[in-house]
Amino acid sequence: MIEVRLHGRGGQGAVTSAELLAQAAIGIGQYAQAFPSFGPERRGAPVQAFLRISEKPIRLRSKIYKPDNIIILDPTLLGSVNPAEGLKQNGFVVINSNKSGDELKKIFPGYNIAIVDASHIAKEELGVPITNTTMLGALVKATGIVALDALEGPVRARFGIVAQKNINAYTRAYKETKIVKAKQGK
Amino acid sequence: MKEGKTGIEVSIAASIAAKLARVEVVAAYPITPQTHIVEHLSELVANGELDASYVNVESEHSAMSACCGASAAGARTFTSTSAQGMELMHEILFIASAMRFPIVMAAVNRALSSPLSIWGDHSDVMAARDTGWIMLFCENGQEVVDSIIMAFKIAEDRRVLLPVMVNLDGFSLSHVIEPIEFPSQEKVDAFLPPYDPLYTLHPDKPVTMGAYGMPELYTEAKYAQEMALIDSKKVVIEVMDDFGKRFGRSYKPVETYNTEKADTVFIALGSINENIKTAIDMLKEEGREVGLIHLRLFRPFPSDELIAALKGVKRVAVIERAMPGGAMNSPLFNEISSLVHSNSMGIQLNNYIVGLGGRDVNPEDFHGIIDDMLSPEAKKETPKEEKNYRVIGVRG
Repeated sequence: MIEVRLHGRGGQGAVTSAELLAQAAIGIGQYAQAFPSFGPERRGAPVQAFLRISEKPIRLRSKIYKPDNIIILDPTLLGSVNPAEGLKQNGFVVINSNKSGDELKKIFPGYNIAIVDASHIAKEELGVPITNTTMLGALVKATGIVALDALEGPVRARFGIVAQKNINAYTRAYKETKIVKAKQGK
Repeated sequence: MKEGKTGIEVSIAASIAAKLARVEVVAAYPITPQTHIVEHLSELVANGELDASYVNVESEHSAMSACCGASAAGARTFTSTSAQGMELMHEILFIASAMRFPIVMAAVNRALSSPLSIWGDHSDVMAARDTGWIMLFCENGQEVVDSIIMAFKIAEDRRVLLPVMVNLDGFSLSHVIEPIEFPSQEKVDAFLPPYDPLYTLHPDKPVTMGAYGMPELYTEAKYAQEMALIDSKKVVIEVMDDFGKRFGRSYKPVETYNTEKADTVFIALGSINENIKTAIDMLKEEGREVGLIHLRLFRPFPSDELIAALKGVKRVAVIERAMPGGAMNSPLFNEISSLVHSNSMGIQLNNYIVGLGGRDVNPEDFHGIIDDMLSPEAKKETPKEEKNYRVIGVRG
């Protein structure tokens, strides 16, 4: 089972990201579960969403405290919360950032990092800086958690006429994501 | 709906189940975390996808009253609520069961205020447990869909004619996207024919419903109702068996997990059973055998099935998501205790309160409970203190 914790701000669509990934996995016959950090929706406040994908039925309904990977939709979160809390040693920090790999390595020492300027891509491809679908491409690039084309069905079902723009955004993010591997032995 | 499993939010799946059951009247008032169920049903009605009347009401008291009226008129009736909403309809819950209306309600279990909590526990349903409703508890989203469909068949059986409450945990079940298989409309129609009421309110053939019960008759009326509730268990079993044969997913009022080798078991209700099963698997890897007795049916209380399941068991941890409210123990514990002692089963019983107001309960917490049960302190037969239970993870 792979566990992913998504960090964003209320209104940025972290829950939708988790949902699309779960639907992509279920669509190819895997088991998956996606859910929000339950609570009142507070626009702009730090929020979490959770994703589990497994070959076997998932029998776990608590939050994810030791994720295999994390996704950070909003780089400004780093000032207020520690998204990497509990992240497993070989896990990926998949982050929307325009910072360099060296800068981010200082913030997440010892972790693999996947970096994409999703805000920039989303603005160009979608016209709005909503990064939730763009970041799907970065996660897939870093982890291969689902195949990129498995996302298309759920994204089309969800977004209708604007689906193609979202597909363009995550496909571009997939290409532009930079992978910075942690050094062995750390 | 397409064949195979769909990745869908459990609340939306619950409303699709009500649609598959061809409900004719929905009367509901939105309350978190039930909201998505009734929102989606109102959409289905507004879009013309579901041929039903959706009654907008101003409160849950009115919601259940409207459900009673609709059911009295002979309509297949559905509603859903949570927490304070269930308490507001409390008065009418008794009327629905006593007037033998086969209403089905999805109860999205949530903590009661105060302090204000929108999150899950069982304090709402436990406060409504003796209202005369048949009560099912669901472990996962698939079970929610299947239980709603089965609930109508149970409720409308002429041997039963009682309302059924399908309990699903708020958020930890209601708001989760997970794989769910929907039965086809044809198969549901074959399983669940249209509701054929025994009596209806109709101006052409007037009848009195809910008449005065003088002291000479009230006891007999309540006795008849109680016997109907007790006897409904065999219909519950029949319907579950029939469902299993037709749809390939079998359910039982009481199910066990890993109890063959275990003499220490958990007993619990609802989706927390999944976490307990994961905890049991983890303990098994450590070479420790612990089992689970999982109650799908809570009302009528499945005593015979529990006695069978408890055969050979030496220790039971009753897990509950509600405070005892001044009672010696939490509600489920009291019933298990009554069963165990009246049958002289000589089982060590311990009571653990967990997961109040949405507090996460992790598999590791159940390891701690097992350790606690095996401690010398936990084996005391007679409670020496006023507090005869433990609240897991409580601070201060």
